[in-house]
Amino acid sequence: MAVIMGLCSIGLMVKSAELNIGWIDGRGPGSGSWSFWLSAGMLLTCIATLVRWFFGTTPESRNRELYMTRDTVLVVGTSAGAILFLLVLTHLLGMYGALILFLLFYLKFIGRHSWGLTLVLTIAIPVAIFCLFEWALKIPLPKAWTEPMFYPIYDLMYS
Amino acid sequence: MESILPLLGAGLLEAVQPLNFLMILLGCTIGLMVGAMPGLGSVNGVAILLPITFLVPPTAAIIFLAAIYYGAMYGGAISSITLGIPGASTAVATVFDGRPMAQAGKADKALTAAAVASFIGGTISVVLFTLFAPPLAVLALKFGPVEEFALMVLAFATFIGLGGDDIPKTIFSILIGLVLATVGLDIISGQPRLIFGDIPGFLHGINFLVLAIGIYGIGEMLWTLESSQGKITVHKVRMSLGILLGNLKDVKEYIKTTSLGSMIGFFVGTLPAAGATPASLMSYGLAKTFSKDPESFGKGNVAGVAAPEAGNNAASTGSMLPMITLGIPGSPTTAILLGGMIIWGLRPGPLLFTEHPGFVWGLIGSLYIANLVTLLINLAFIPLFVRVLTIPFSILAPVIYILCVVGGYAPTQTMHDVWLMFLFGVVGYLLRKLNYPVAPAVLAIVLGPLAERSLRQSLISSHGDPLIFVERPISAICIALGVALILYPVIKKRLNRKKQAA
Amino acid sequence: MKKIAKTLMLTAVISMAFTVTAFAPKAQAWEPKKPVEFIIMAGAGGGADQIARLLQGLIEQKDLSPRPFIPINKPGGSGGEALLYLQGKAGDDHTVLVTLNSFYTTPVIQDIGVDVSNFTPIGRMALDNFLLWVHSDMADITDLDSYVAAVKAAGGKWKVGGTGSGQEDSILTAMMEKEFGYEVTYIPFPGGGTVAKNLVGKHIDSTVNNPAEQSEFHRAGNTKPLVQFTAERLPAYPDTPTAKELGVDMQYYMQRSINGPPGMSAEAQEWYINLFKTLFDSEEWQTFCTDDGLACDTWLAGSDLGEYHASQIMLHKELIESVGSSAITGE
Repeated sequence: MAVIMGLCSIGLMVKSAELNIGWIDGRGPGSGSWSFWLSAGMLLTCIATLVRWFFGTTPESRNRELYMTRDTVLVVGTSAGAILFLLVLTHLLGMYGALILFLLFYLKFIGRHSWGLTLVLTIAIPVAIFCLFEWALKIPLPKAWTEPMFYPIYDLMYS
Repeated sequence: MESILPLLGAGLLEAVQPLNFLMILLGCTIGLMVGAMPGLGSVNGVAILLPITFLVPPTAAIIFLAAIYYGAMYGGAISSITLGIPGASTAVATVFDGRPMAQAGKADKALTAAAVASFIGGTISVVLFTLFAPPLAVLALKFGPVEEFALMVLAFATFIGLGGDDIPKTIFSILIGLVLATVGLDIISGQPRLIFGDIPGFLHGINFLVLAIGIYGIGEMLWTLESSQGKITVHKVRMSLGILLGNLKDVKEYIKTTSLGSMIGFFVGTLPAAGATPASLMSYGLAKTFSKDPESFGKGNVAGVAAPEAGNNAASTGSMLPMITLGIPGSPTTAILLGGMIIWGLRPGPLLFTEHPGFVWGLIGSLYIANLVTLLINLAFIPLFVRVLTIPFSILAPVIYILCVVGGYAPTQTMHDVWLMFLFGVVGYLLRKLNYPVAPAVLAIVLGPLAERSLRQSLISSHGDPLIFVERPISAICIALGVALILYPVIKKRLNRKKQAA
Repeated sequence: MKKIAKTLMLTAVISMAFTVTAFAPKAQAWEPKKPVEFIIMAGAGGGADQIARLLQGLIEQKDLSPRPFIPINKPGGSGGEALLYLQGKAGDDHTVLVTLNSFYTTPVIQDIGVDVSNFTPIGRMALDNFLLWVHSDMADITDLDSYVAAVKAAGGKWKVGGTGSGQEDSILTAMMEKEFGYEVTYIPFPGGGTVAKNLVGKHIDSTVNNPAEQSEFHRAGNTKPLVQFTAERLPAYPDTPTAKELGVDMQYYMQRSINGPPGMSAEAQEWYINLFKTLFDSEEWQTFCTDDGLACDTWLAGSDLGEYHASQIMLHKELIESVGSSAITGE
């Protein structure tokens, strides 16, 4: 992990160097210098971590257990995957369509709840979110092509 | 003193008039709800309700809005404790100890502590406000960029104790937070910085809430999943009036940190540009540094809940001061309140106190009342909030994910931020598995922009001479205090060692 | 009886016909079908934000729109993010933008690939003015000449506060540097209110601020205006000369206008023009303008505003070229 983060630090340094990283006479540091030297610092700490790992000074480096067991990958991966799926679907179907599918998947296939409970929650949660955000707080959530379906609801809300 | 009391009395009378009192009740309740939703804070509540307030007189309107602001400060703690997601940026520090307490089945205790500490913080702050508003306004004027930077040094010093034992990893975490904070537009030169792949979403920078919700919402849930290996955990919860009263008796456990936090919160809040989030973090940091038992912080110490809550409520009152006397918002929410005042034809500035005493003192009076009202509402709702924890994990988890996603979307209304939040959640989880402390990164992203900007503004005005920071008295004091704070734990350790040796 | 019935029927038919004709254009005219996104290209609490929220409140109070207007702040990249967002919304009828002059300057200074002349002009709500301010304790500085002398004597160490490189006041500051042949140290702060406070706290030596940002400090006797960059003296500052009177032809205004994304339908544009015209003429808006020191005399809409934009874009391009963009960014 330290290696990956170290590489990221170098990337950040290069990116910062697009701007002036030097000291401008009479004006103090240029706009890129703050982020440049911070990234340089990150690289140093990553090297320090690697060195410590090499000599085995930290408990993690002496840890001979697998970083992730197969079960962990499965449990955590499904959840993370489900969120990823939710986000992709939001772009395709709008937030509400995505929420319904996400809840259906999560409650039924991960939670293994009964169909009754699943359906009630699948309907109730998006409705609650709609009432709170669109109606009470007036924050429209993305709807993609499902937008026209909401016109009758707007008629009802604002008439 | 004699001149203040009748004015305050009139203000209190103004605040308990039926319409105004109704506004307080409504505002506090709405604020509490908005504050408890992750991603939504007082900004949302205040901004959305602003147009409605055209229908009522200005005093009632500002009382209403201030009550929302106040209620949201209390409400932020609720989701921090019960769900482990900061309800607002001001409640991030409440997660550090609030979440572990809830997991240990002590959510009721944590919620009571949060409510009581908020009340104490708010009350101390409003009393200070009443007594010292004019001199503090003068002090706030003395704070230029140089002093702001010195204050940031002091703020960072209070966080030293927050990291883990692995020093390189702690520093790494601070640095990555600072770097993420630089994304966006460089205010000094007006140039875009670190716009990865020219995605326009990076132009507004990385919102602090995006990182906080990512790490504490999504990252924390993944972590919980791993540690429970998908098994459903149900927390045992008992709640009754007796227990509630019992919890109230614990006040003495945290009264000291609470009072300290309130003072700091108020002071930091009165300075324009700082606001309630740094105040709550500093309050937490100091509580830990000066605690007899710093090891227990982050593992469910009740003082770790009380300190930030006292700090953020005190600061929210404090930030009204620069708004009223200088016309400068100390936080995004006061920025909108300020806009409201201007729309009502009230010009905030040095003359507002003398020209519109009815308005100003009505507002101050309402702060006293709003504090009490919010405390009572909050205590009444605690049993309901605690019940949230009894929901099976496989139902709670998707709901939390959805709240994170929607909450990540709400502040800027872009999907870009939601994607970033997801990324931070996963990376935060992976780093956490390797014992990287994540709290310092979250703190750094709050203070980073303030620190960088004030540093560069100072250096521009001194033409590149760094000595300016020690030449100005206020700044020199802040920096000296900061250095002392950094050295304090080291010295304390030495002394303890000597004692043990002796 | 029959006659009465006939008359009644006729009346009914005629009145129905009238009703139909009266309502027909309205039924066909465009109206928003969903909440309108009211994009603000600056942060919460600033001038543009206040305007947007006041207008939103008035729209609701007067019930002028069947759907609410929802203010959304997109301050990123000096408004660049808001401009890109609007560009991406091309053809959308439910998004409008409240501008300041970064509408002109941001596309020139930052290469973001937006041509604002493609945007749909709706209406200009106000013009904001600029004045030069110093702290009242500076007894030696009483007019423009003594100011210029003091700045020159400071030899580049004179500190001018502003709201950020590339913002209106930084352009005006650069214009002054060029005109009077001196150099100053420009320090950016977030927002005009903070600049004003730093002037009162003496952390900076002078500033170019809008009247609204300084008026309270001026009334309290903390700061004083030296010169106005307007065509004529503002009613609120009858004793302060304009630059033009002093023989320096320097005028600069900031427009506050409402614009739609490129390719907004003509019907929608017309609906918005009517809406904002009503708001512009309202008593509340005019009172706000007077209180805030804004000029709200002339209503510019549609293609007239488009022409105004075109001339302003030219002007800003020239200004930025003549002072050099490095003079504005400081690097």
